[in-house]
Amino acid sequence: MEFAILEATKHVAMEPTAPTKQPISEIPHKMIAQDLNCYFGKNHALKDVTLGIPTGQVLAIIGPSGCGKSTFLRSLNRMHEVAGGTLTGKVLLDGMDIYESDPVIVRKRVGMVFQKANPFPTMSIFDNVAAGLRLNGTRERNKVNETVEQSLKRAALWDEVKDSLNKSGMSLSGGQQQRLCIARTLAVDPEVVLMDEPASALDPISTAKIEELIYDLKKNYTIVIVTHNMQQAARVSDYTAFFYMGELIEVDETKTMFTAPQKKRTEDYITGRFG
Amino acid sequence: MRERANNRSYYWRKLKNASMLGLSLLSALVVIAPLFIIFAYTLNKGVGSLNLNFFIHMPKPVGEAGGGMANAIVGSLIMVGMGGLMGLPIGIVAGIYLAEFGKNLFGAAVRFMSDVLSGIPSIVVGVVAYIIVVIPMKHFSAFAGSVALAILMIPTVTRTTEEMIRLVPHSIREASLALGVPSWKTTLRIILPAAAKGITTGVLLAIARAAGETAPLLFTALGNRFWSTSLNQPMASLTVFIYDYAKAPFDDWNRQAWAAAFVLICIVFLVNIVFRLVTRSRYGIRNT
Repeated sequence: MEFAILEATKHVAMEPTAPTKQPISEIPHKMIAQDLNCYFGKNHALKDVTLGIPTGQVLAIIGPSGCGKSTFLRSLNRMHEVAGGTLTGKVLLDGMDIYESDPVIVRKRVGMVFQKANPFPTMSIFDNVAAGLRLNGTRERNKVNETVEQSLKRAALWDEVKDSLNKSGMSLSGGQQQRLCIARTLAVDPEVVLMDEPASALDPISTAKIEELIYDLKKNYTIVIVTHNMQQAARVSDYTAFFYMGELIEVDETKTMFTAPQKKRTEDYITGRFG
Repeated sequence: MRERANNRSYYWRKLKNASMLGLSLLSALVVIAPLFIIFAYTLNKGVGSLNLNFFIHMPKPVGEAGGGMANAIVGSLIMVGMGGLMGLPIGIVAGIYLAEFGKNLFGAAVRFMSDVLSGIPSIVVGVVAYIIVVIPMKHFSAFAGSVALAILMIPTVTRTTEEMIRLVPHSIREASLALGVPSWKTTLRIILPAAAKGITTGVLLAIARAAGETAPLLFTALGNRFWSTSLNQPMASLTVFIYDYAKAPFDDWNRQAWAAAFVLICIVFLVNIVFRLVTRSRYGIRNT
């Protein structure tokens, strides 16, 4: 099984450039996607993608628009199904095939942050963060209070909202709303956090905050972030995967990807020759 | 030269803007004017017969002055309330069904029928309620009246509920599903509250329409000059009362009909305000 995953990556494992990072072939994988093919109607959005998600690291997925990076991300917690996609292949989460499991259970373990902040409009800041817990049946007030505070702290929003927890989530600024959504995701205590261009609608200062946050979060979570901002990928991620036309072209340690990619197409994209 | 031409086009643009603004303001006034005219006219005609007795006394026999229509006020409230209890849940749940699972032929059929139903004259609905309730029960009853009003409420509520749920952004649904919240809970606890404001509007429209209906009640609840709160008996209602009293040859009755009309308008008005207050969003209008 491991061999299949590493097929796409083994050729780059020979020369680790940064001594602090393990080569991608040697690190453990939290999730493994095997031979994924995804279709939206007649559109073949993902083609034979096999990729491991390194445990406790930040994996960035880059590529031009329509290359399948968001689809791949969504296939990791079955959110593509909500948009009507169908899929063949396997996605293993700690060895369990998530397509043999229940989507509700999968999504509790694999959370998602979206491109556009989407707080629940009828709820307060507190209720937004508590929503996942409450809707999944947690009633104890102490536990909810504790989790909300901890999640807001982890999302680096606590200091800004601790005095206005009863205000509407919609009253926050765009960047705060996005961090609120991150806190909401963390409150369910997922193991993996998927981020779909989480900062693309934000100003530079808010973006910097989100990036700092991602850096902190990887202590506790495995993170996959889709971005079309290559500087961002270089700043926040440990490993980078490049997608093109629904295929995984290359995956490697981020530094290597941006300095010495193996494939010509990766180099062309990174140097701005297309995309 | 050029300066002046620019100036002319500037003033022309300003003029167009002002006149369009004026026209839309005028249209808005025309929209609300009938309400005020009706309100003022019924108040003017009916205020003479309006006093405490009107609300707490029963109708007097022909020839005796005074009296009230306590039974009709209570009757209207009971029948509209019962109709709402039967019709609103069905309408809301059907609307949820159409919005969530209605993208098939059956959904299209329900949607179409619902639109047709909302266009059916209310007197026909009264006849239908007569056939399915009054004939089997062998007598007129408040229950039959409630059924007729419920049938009238259903299509309006169904279609507004569906439309309002569809207006809730998809991203909200995704946010909830991505938290591992099951689909049914997402609809009930996230989508429905977000659509609550619009659904309230639909519910109010349905109630107001039902409260103002006379024809469906003529065949079903019939009317009653005596006090009755039994669903099994004929029941008085303001609308039927107005109908009877307005065509009667007595000035006194005519005046009371005006008063009843005024009271009915006030009740609908009050119900509107109360509903709005109860279902008001905690966070004002930022409810998108």
